[in-house]
Amino acid sequence: PAFGLFIFTIARDPLRIIILIAGAFFWLVSLLLSSLIWFIAVKASDPQDERLQKGLLIFGVMFSVLLQEAFRFLYYKLLRKAIEGLVALSEDGCSPISIQQMAYVAGVGFGLMSGAFSMINLLADALGPGTVGIHGDSQLYFLTSAFMTMVLIFLHTFWGILFFHGCEHRRWWEIAAVVIMHLIVSGSSFCNPLYVGSLVPSYLLMAAAAAWAYLLSGGSAQNLRRFLLCKC
Amino acid sequence: MITFMNNSDSEEEPCNERTSLMSAESPPVPSYQDGLQASEAGEAQAHRKRRAGSRGPNNIAGGEMSGSGVPVRESALENEEEELTLKYGAKHVIMLFVPVTLCMIVVVATIKSVRFYTEKNGQLIYTPFSEDTPSVGQRLLNSVLNTIIMISVIIVMTVFLVLLYKYRCYKFIHGWLILSSLMLLFLFTYIYLGEVLKTYNVAMDYPTLFIVIWNFGAVGMICIHWKGPLQLQQAYLIMISALMALVFIKYLPEWSAWVILGAISIYDLMAVLCPKGPLRMLVETAQERNEPIFPALIYSSAMMWTVGMAKPDTAARGPSQQRWDAAEDGREHLRSPSHAESQMSETRSPVPTRPVTSLEELEEEERGVKLGLGDFIFYSVLVGKAAATASGDWNTTLACFVAILIGLCLTLLLLAVFKKALPALPISITFGLIFYFSTDNLVRPFMDTLASHQLYI
Repeated sequence: PAFGLFIFTIARDPLRIIILIAGAFFWLVSLLLSSLIWFIAVKASDPQDERLQKGLLIFGVMFSVLLQEAFRFLYYKLLRKAIEGLVALSEDGCSPISIQQMAYVAGVGFGLMSGAFSMINLLADALGPGTVGIHGDSQLYFLTSAFMTMVLIFLHTFWGILFFHGCEHRRWWEIAAVVIMHLIVSGSSFCNPLYVGSLVPSYLLMAAAAAWAYLLSGGSAQNLRRFLLCKC
Repeated sequence: MITFMNNSDSEEEPCNERTSLMSAESPPVPSYQDGLQASEAGEAQAHRKRRAGSRGPNNIAGGEMSGSGVPVRESALENEEEELTLKYGAKHVIMLFVPVTLCMIVVVATIKSVRFYTEKNGQLIYTPFSEDTPSVGQRLLNSVLNTIIMISVIIVMTVFLVLLYKYRCYKFIHGWLILSSLMLLFLFTYIYLGEVLKTYNVAMDYPTLFIVIWNFGAVGMICIHWKGPLQLQQAYLIMISALMALVFIKYLPEWSAWVILGAISIYDLMAVLCPKGPLRMLVETAQERNEPIFPALIYSSAMMWTVGMAKPDTAARGPSQQRWDAAEDGREHLRSPSHAESQMSETRSPVPTRPVTSLEELEEEERGVKLGLGDFIFYSVLVGKAAATASGDWNTTLACFVAILIGLCLTLLLLAVFKKALPALPISITFGLIFYFSTDNLVRPFMDTLASHQLYI
C-alpha cells in the first residue's frame, strides 16, 4: 500500500520525490544516531546480563523514537526555509507546493524508510527455505510483521501531517500527542509475540490519527460522503 | 575467462565526472549576437535576482549567463524564464535520479543473483598488491599502495587526454573511444550474458548468442557514437556503466575498493576545482573552442539541439537563447584486468552538467542536464560493494542508495548556485561511505536485535 501511495501521489511531481528522498534521509540519520547510542551502551555494559540487555534495548527504542521525532522537527524547519525560497522564486508569489503536501510527503518518506528497514531483510529471508517459528516462536511472524510494518508506515504519514500542522499553528499539544502516540506504538510492540497487545492498539491509533489528519487537512464528513457518492 | 593477449597499450583514462554548469562565453551563432546578449543580460539579472532570494533546492539554473552587461530585458520574458527554470529545476534532478537509480538497481540485482561477480578471481594489474595478508597493518598498507597506483594511473591518463585534446588530435581520441566502447559492448556483454545464463541454468547455443550480442553491440555503437533515439542512447549508457561497475566490483579487492573510492572523490574535487587541474583545463579548452564533448562519455538527459534549430526573434519577444555550453569533458578509461583481457575501456567522462537550452520562443526549453558516465560507475560500485560485502544486506544497500541520491541532490543544488563545472563525486561518495560504514557496524546489530524481538521503532 505504501508503494501505491508513492506511485499515485508522489511520483508525478519531481519536487515531491526530492522531498521524499530527503525525508527518508533524515529518518536514516536519526536511526544512525540512535543505534550509535545503543551500540555504545551495549558495549559499555555487560553482555551476559539478560535483563540489562533487555532494558538497554527498551531504552534504545525509546531514545530512537524521540530522535525520530526530533529529526522530523528539523526536517520541518528545513522545509519551511525551502518554502520561503520557492515562494521567492515563483512569479506569482505562491509556492508550487504547499506545506501540507510537504507534510504528507515527508511523512511518507519517513514511513517508507522505516518500513523498508523493518521489512526488507525479512522479505529476503522469506524467499529462502525455512519454517516459520520453528523454535517455538509464533508462526504468524511474517504476517504480523507485514501488518505491523504497514501500520507503521501509515502512522508515520499521518504523524507527519499532524506534526507539521502542529508546528505551523504552534499548537504544542499536537506535537506532544504525536510523540506520545509514537511512544505508545513502539511500546506496544514490546508485547510481541502477544500480538493482540501490539497490533490492535496500533490499528486503533492509526484510525484515530487518520481521522485527525483528515480533519486537519480540511476534509469533513460531507466531503467524504460526496466523494464516495460521486464515485459510484 | 577469456584470455587473449593484446599488445596495444592499455591505457587508462579515468574520466572524472563533474557536473558542470558552463557558461557559454561565446554565443554560438553571430546572428543571434544582439539578441543573445540582451537575453543573456536579462537572464543574468534574473538569475542574480533569483539567486539572491532563493535557497530553493530546485533551482538548477538553466542559463548560465555570462551576461554581456547589456541591461535590456523585458520583464515578461524574464519571468517566463524564471518560471521555466523553476519548473525544470526539480525535473532535472529527477532526470538524473532515474538513470542513476536504474544503474544501481541493475548492479545490485546482478550482484545478488549472479555468483560470478562476488568471487575473487584475481586482480587487475593496476592493483598489484594482494589483500590476503595476515596482518591488518599489512593489508592496510597494501590497499593504500594499490590506491596510489590506481590514482596515478588515472592522473596520467587524464593528463594524456587533456594533451590530446589541446593539440587537437581528435581522430585519435575518437578512435580510442570507439575502441573502448566496442570492447565494452561486446566483450563484457558476452561475459555478463554467459554468467547470467549460467546462474539461471538456461541453455543457449552459440549462434543465437552471437546474433544477440552482435545486434546489441552494433545498435549500441550506433546509438552512442552517432545518432539514435535519446532513450535508447540513455539505456545503452546505463548498461555500459553497469557493466563497468560490475567489473570493478569483481576485480578490486575489498579494502582497496573503499580507499580508491575515497581517493578518487578527493582527486575529482581537486582536478575540477584547482586552477591547474586537468579537468578544468579540458573544460576551459572545450569552452573556448565551443565544441561539444564526445558523446560516448556523458549521459545527457535531454536532446541536444544544434544551433540551427532555434529561431531568433529579436524584434518581438526576445531572442531565443541558445546556449551551447560546450565545455564537456571526456575521459576515457581503459583498463585491463589481470588475466589479460586486452583492453578494457571504460569511458567515463567528467560531467559538465549544464542545461543546454535551445529555446524557441515560447516553446519548451529542451534543457538537459549532463552527468558523466564515471559518476554512474562509481556510484554503482559503491552500492554494489555494499550489496556484495555487507552482512547487513539490504539495509546497508538501501542506506547507501539514499545517501548517494541525497548527495546528488546537493551537488545539483550547488551547481545551481555556482554555475560552473562541479565534481559530482565527492559529496555523494562521502555520504555513501559514511552511511555504509556506519550502517554496517552500528545500525545492523541494532536492527537485528529489534527484529529478533519483533520490536518496532
